[in-house]
This record gives sequence, C-alpha cells and structure tokens, in this order.
Amino acid sequence: MEQSVESPKTATGHQLGKLELFMGFAEMGLCGFGGVATIARHVIVDKRRWMNEHDYATLLGMGQILPGGNIINMTVMLGDRFQGPLGSIVALCGLMIMPIIILLGLTLVYDTYSSNPDVRAATIGAGAAAAGLVIGMGLKMGRALRLHPIHLGFALVTFFAMGVLRLPFIATIIVLAPLCIAATFWMRRR
Amino acid sequence: MIDDSPLLKLALTFGALSLVSVGGAPAMMPEIHRLSVEVNPWLSNAGFARDFALSQTAPGPNFMMISLVGWRVAGFAGLMAATIAAILPSSIIALIVGRLYRRFSSQAWFPVVKDALPPIVLGLIVASGVVTAQAAVSDTLGFAIVLMSTTIVALTRQNPLVAIGTGAMIGLVAGRLGYL
Repeated sequence: MEQSVESPKTATGHQLGKLELFMGFAEMGLCGFGGVATIARHVIVDKRRWMNEHDYATLLGMGQILPGGNIINMTVMLGDRFQGPLGSIVALCGLMIMPIIILLGLTLVYDTYSSNPDVRAATIGAGAAAAGLVIGMGLKMGRALRLHPIHLGFALVTFFAMGVLRLPFIATIIVLAPLCIAATFWMRRR
Repeated sequence: MIDDSPLLKLALTFGALSLVSVGGAPAMMPEIHRLSVEVNPWLSNAGFARDFALSQTAPGPNFMMISLVGWRVAGFAGLMAATIAAILPSSIIALIVGRLYRRFSSQAWFPVVKDALPPIVLGLIVASGVVTAQAAVSDTLGFAIVLMSTTIVALTRQNPLVAIGTGAMIGLVAGRLGYL
C-alpha cells in the first residue's frame, strides 16, 4: 500500500528514520516509570519534535478509543505514519525492549530473595500500594473529566459490573460501550 | 491435545482480550485477575498482587503484567507468547484505523465515540484498583496502605513510585515489628 502522495515529515521537516524511531521509543520505555503517557508527549512533541501538540493529541486520542493500550496504539500509528508497518514494529520493539529486560531483572532478583522475611513484608506493602495507585489514578481521572451526570452513571454501572459483580469483561463492554455511545449521541442532539 | 499447550492457551486468552481491551491494561486488571487466578491456575491471589507490584515498579507500558503472567506460566517462551498476543490484534486494528483516519475523522460519530468511552474506562480503572486491592490485602494494615497510596496518587503529583516505595517501607517496618 504505497501512499506516495505525501511523504510524511516531522514537525521540523526532516525524514524520520527507523533508527531514530527505535531510539526515541526506547527512551520513552526506559524513562516511563508509572506509565509512559507523560514522558511520551515530552519526547515526541518537546524534545524530538516529531509532531506538533495538536497532531500528537489527535493520535493519542485515537489510540484511546481503539482497543488496546493508548500508548501502544499511538506507537503503532506513529511508526506507520513515518516508516510504514515496519516502522510500527521498530517503534514497538524500541518501546518494549528495555522495560521487559528491567521487569525480568526485577523479577529474578525478587524471586532470589523472596524467602527473606523483610522482602516478603515489603512485597505485601508494595502490592497494596500498587492497588491503591490504580484507584487513585481513577479518582484523579474522574475529577479531571468533569463528567455529565449520565456519563457518571455509566462510570458507576461499569464499576459495579466489573468491581463488585465481577461480570466477564467482554460481555460488560459489549453491552455498556454501545449504550454509552447511544446515550452520548442522544445528549448531543438535545 | 493442543488444548493442553500452555503457550497456545496464553496466546488465545490474551489475544482475545486484546481485541476488546478498551482503556488499556489498567482497565483490564479485573479480567486479567479473573483469567489468570480464577479461570486458569496460573497465579495465586498473593502471586497476582506480587506480580502486579513488580510490573508497576518497572518502567514501560502498563500491560507488562501480562508479559509477567506469561513468564510465570512458561518462562521466556510464555513471556513472548503472552506479550505478542496482547499487542498484535489491537495493533493491527490501530494500523488500519490510523490509515483510514483522514477519511473518517470528519464523520459525526468520531467525537461521539471519543466522548462516550472515558466514563466506561473510568469505571473499569476504579474497578481494577478495587479488585487488585482485594487480591493484595488481607488485614487492616494492608487496607491502610491502599488508602495511603490512593491518597498520594489522587491528591498529589508525586511519581507513582513514591507510593509503591512508601508501601514497601511500611510493610518492611510492620514485618520487623511482627505485624505481618
């Protein structure tokens, strides 16, 4: 699928090669403690100037509404835009390689010392804190979104279905997502 | 039988999840818990909490919890199978949609879908936290650590690692004092 109509250039007008793609995404993966979203914007928009703010926000927004992680989807689309499907693979490999090596290293070190009572106790504390981190992230997101009461209702129903009733994820999404889209459509028409 | 192959099981399980994973990994945690603790005998509750903490401590995309589940089930091959399965289906969709974007971005449904999904994702993420907390916590101290971490993340702009580090320290001290 050749799209030679426009050969995509970066915000500064240069051709973005595969090596630079790889290095840029490796940087994001390596520095992305607690999620990659913040560092990704910094690297792509501010530091390397691959895209301007608006184009990046659009790409990330699309990544958000598609299935899969928003950063993963953004990585795939950005790689494809500059270097085709191979660019997507190169960018994904760059993003993943260091985090996977670090995660495996951490796991192996942890497993070696897991019988130590201090390590065991610290792990229980870290596990509880990691769970709280996700709840806190959700609350922060909820505050920033300033949801319409109807949307808030959908958030609560989703929470109840998954967090309390523990219904299967796929069934929940297949029912709730179209309903919420329909409700949103109705809200906009009024 | 092929049904018994752990690699195939991992790939099918997380590949199917990838196709519907609205909101990415943080939103999927209840389902990852259900699939790897309840449906398949891959992890215990404590193991799930432990691996979730490990995956949150490492840098990189949030979904690496899935890579770690693969590692626990079948070593390096399991890690590769789970990781690729979790990425590939959704990435193919992203690739296609990214190319179609210019044709559809002006369509009326695009902003509607963009507005409609965040509430669902929000519900999923808070549910993720609660389910993960249930797996991680067995006493009042654990509950207090969850509250502490929730507060730090919700009310400050601290790096999330601060919350995890504080939790680990509290656990360590409590362990030394004989509370754990």
